[in-house]
Amino acid sequence: MSYSEKLIDHYQNPKNVGTLDKNKQNVGTGLVGAPECGDVMRLQIEVDDATGLITDAKFKTFGCGSAIASSSLATEWLKGKSVNEAVTIDNMAIVEELNLPPVKIHCSVLAEDAIKAAVNDYRKKNGLPELKFEESVVH
Amino acid sequence: MLNFPIYLDHNATTPCDPRVVDAMVPYFTSAFGNAASRNHPFGWQAEEAVDIARQQVASLIGADPKEIIFTSGATEADNLAIKGVFEMYATKGNHIITCNIEHKAVLDTCKHIEKEGGEVTYLKVMDNGLIDLAELEAAIRPTTILIAIMYANNEIGTVMPMKEISAIARKKGIPVFSDATQAVGKIPVDVNKDGIDLMAFTAHKMYGPKGVGALYVRRKNPRVKVTAQIDGGGHERGMRSGTLNVPGIVGFGKACEICLNEMEEETARVSKLRDKLQNALLQIEESYLNGDKEYKLPHVTNISFKYVEGEGLMMGFNKNIAVSSGSACTSASLEPSYVLKALGLGDDLAHSSLRFGLGRFTTEDQIDYTIEQVTQTVNKLRDMSPLWEMYKEGIDMNSIEWAHH
Ligand SMILES: Cc1ncc(COP(=O)(O)O)c(C=O)c1O
Ligand code: FES
Repeated sequence: MSYSEKLIDHYQNPKNVGTLDKNKQNVGTGLVGAPECGDVMRLQIEVDDATGLITDAKFKTFGCGSAIASSSLATEWLKGKSVNEAVTIDNMAIVEELNLPPVKIHCSVLAEDAIKAAVNDYRKKNGLPELKFEESVVH
Repeated sequence: MLNFPIYLDHNATTPCDPRVVDAMVPYFTSAFGNAASRNHPFGWQAEEAVDIARQQVASLIGADPKEIIFTSGATEADNLAIKGVFEMYATKGNHIITCNIEHKAVLDTCKHIEKEGGEVTYLKVMDNGLIDLAELEAAIRPTTILIAIMYANNEIGTVMPMKEISAIARKKGIPVFSDATQAVGKIPVDVNKDGIDLMAFTAHKMYGPKGVGALYVRRKNPRVKVTAQIDGGGHERGMRSGTLNVPGIVGFGKACEICLNEMEEETARVSKLRDKLQNALLQIEESYLNGDKEYKLPHVTNISFKYVEGEGLMMGFNKNIAVSSGSACTSASLEPSYVLKALGLGDDLAHSSLRFGLGRFTTEDQIDYTIEQVTQTVNKLRDMSPLWEMYKEGIDMNSIEWAHH
């Protein structure tokens, strides 16, 4: 299996690796996956309360190269988006951008799930009702 | 000067030794005869070449040439041994004992036997990858017709106590079959000293060509028989029909001869390199050796680097270094290695494993480079692993409610 240049670049030079303070009111944290499945993704967003825009996003991922690249790409896309826009990021857009092969689609689903989980964490902390999502299909 | 990519996956396959290729070449063109053509020089030439190769193959394992049945590889030999015994000894019983870390060629053949009305006991290996001899003895029934235990495991390189296994089998008069694909040519294997009655092995794991292998079938003390699985012209004393792959067999013979001549020296050389690699990688924090430390092939090591995932890890250097991983992310089934799981490894460690298989052409420079690359990549990926962060912060990962996929 050979990977796209974009994927390899995100893997080799991942953007936004790191940790935000999960105790801060304006930070939302999503932790998805499970160690026994071989993939765990933690994605965090920091939101500007005044504008509702995501000012920073960080990730840490335990998983294959495609999972690492998907989360790196997701954090890039999140920055500057509003919290409401964030949840419209679709895993298939990640698949297209990174040219993921079919067996790696679930790695992008993980990234989409991590975004949704981070947004809901933020909403919960700030007294907003959690959004309901349909179960992702490709797991 | 290092040439890339570096090949450290010799348990998957090996390159042909140039001496093997040289020996094979004439049998494609000028000496192309069918070894079964009894009436002209072309046939005689091919037959003679096969006879020599049969002797070379037999010598490597301490057998008589008449006890070697050429096949298309170890998979076919595994099938022929197990199905062949099951059919041949149907009146004696229907029970086979094997273990849960065998190659799929054995496990799936046993599954097939179960569908045909056979009964199979899959012994669980201990956490070092070896079978418990007391459990083997206890599993024997009056209807047991075969004990099938691999000589050495392809993923973790552990070497089973074949002499002890065959001693138990002999007491009860049960034939022993061993898939010795990973052991033959690498460590001394002697069917008489080891008490093995049937044994499968293949050329492409010992610097010979792909698509040729053998089943050893004991002819004396005791005589063992198998029912043919491929019918036809009655080649290989009726046990395996089909025109012989003369160039392949010649190459197999040459490969065996080289292994026999060079084994002692080569084992010393390669095990030193393996130890260097293994020791250096086990210096990395939270890295674990899989499989027994002592009962082990000289050229393999399998190590788990906790909190990083195997495929992600390989991607850090797989343009330059070829290894393999037991991680689910590398397998089509998305299941981690059943061999590692059989050792009692948690899924997390199974996902984090790499297998390094050294070989005849591996150099110390290659090993030094590999140590450097693997260490760097493990550290880099841990810096981006949420699990490593939790581990460092002392968070109990079992206390987390994971969103299961
Ligand atoms: C233990 C074991 N048995 C059987 C096989 C299959 O051998 P072949 O490729 O010759 O069919 C292999 C190689 O993959 C192996 O490692
Ligand atoms: S995380 Fe397992 S395949 Fe991507």
